[in-house]
Amino acid sequence: MRGLIALLAGTIFGAGLALSGMTDPARIRAFLDLFGAWDPTLAFVMAGAIMPMALAWLIQRRLPRALSGDAFALPGTRRIDAPLAVGALLFGIGWGIAGLCPGPAIANLALAPFAVLPFLAAMIAGILLHRLWAAGR
Amino acid sequence: MGFLGGLLIGLAGAVMLLGLGRIAGVSGLAARAIGLGSGMDSRAIALAFILGLPLGGALVAVVRPVSITFPSSVVVLVVGGLLVGFGTRLGSGCTSGHGVCGLSRLSLRSMTATALFMAAGFATVAAMRALGWT
Repeated sequence: MRGLIALLAGTIFGAGLALSGMTDPARIRAFLDLFGAWDPTLAFVMAGAIMPMALAWLIQRRLPRALSGDAFALPGTRRIDAPLAVGALLFGIGWGIAGLCPGPAIANLALAPFAVLPFLAAMIAGILLHRLWAAGR
Repeated sequence: MGFLGGLLIGLAGAVMLLGLGRIAGVSGLAARAIGLGSGMDSRAIALAFILGLPLGGALVAVVRPVSITFPSSVVVLVVGGLLVGFGTRLGSGCTSGHGVCGLSRLSLRSMTATALFMAAGFATVAAMRALGWT
């Protein structure tokens, strides 16, 4: 049952990405390109996504646990440290270079599987590098 | 279609949060799905969510054309992928976890991360344009 709920959520998420055009690296880069033919779509996508999610947070505060019976497993919200800042900056640079973040990259396995493979392989390598680096500290 | 697609993304986040008590953060779930996550969270949940992403994309592609234009350079894709993989793990999130789930939660951490990765994205594309790499 938990797996089915997660599969449903992932499918809705992937459909939202494809419907909004956010699976297209050229459109992401067009949003980030303030000095070119600027494409504001990503801002509308974010606005549309934040609304149901904000409602979900309001409901979450009134629930003792999730509908599955699981306790809420949520990260803290306040601590701002160097890894957060450096990680976000590195991610933003990669996002700008390629026009892809993790969700659209994975959804592209169905839309442009061969084109996205180098990015996905490198992304996994980056995740692995971080794991090794964190283990060595 | 941007706003409508966004609503679906937010709905998916709401299903994860209220249904399973989890954040719909793709970078964290992807790492968990391939066995490289942090913490002890369920791998089955992560795998199922990650499998859904291409499934949802394919469903949309059945009913309407989805335009995809990739950068022509493989070097660009590899460098971008390395930075996205390492950066999202170091910074504990990406556009979905920090951007959608964190901003709507008014999380100071996520607002900071989102401001920084947006600024870095704008600056990177501007720099590439200035250098004639676009």
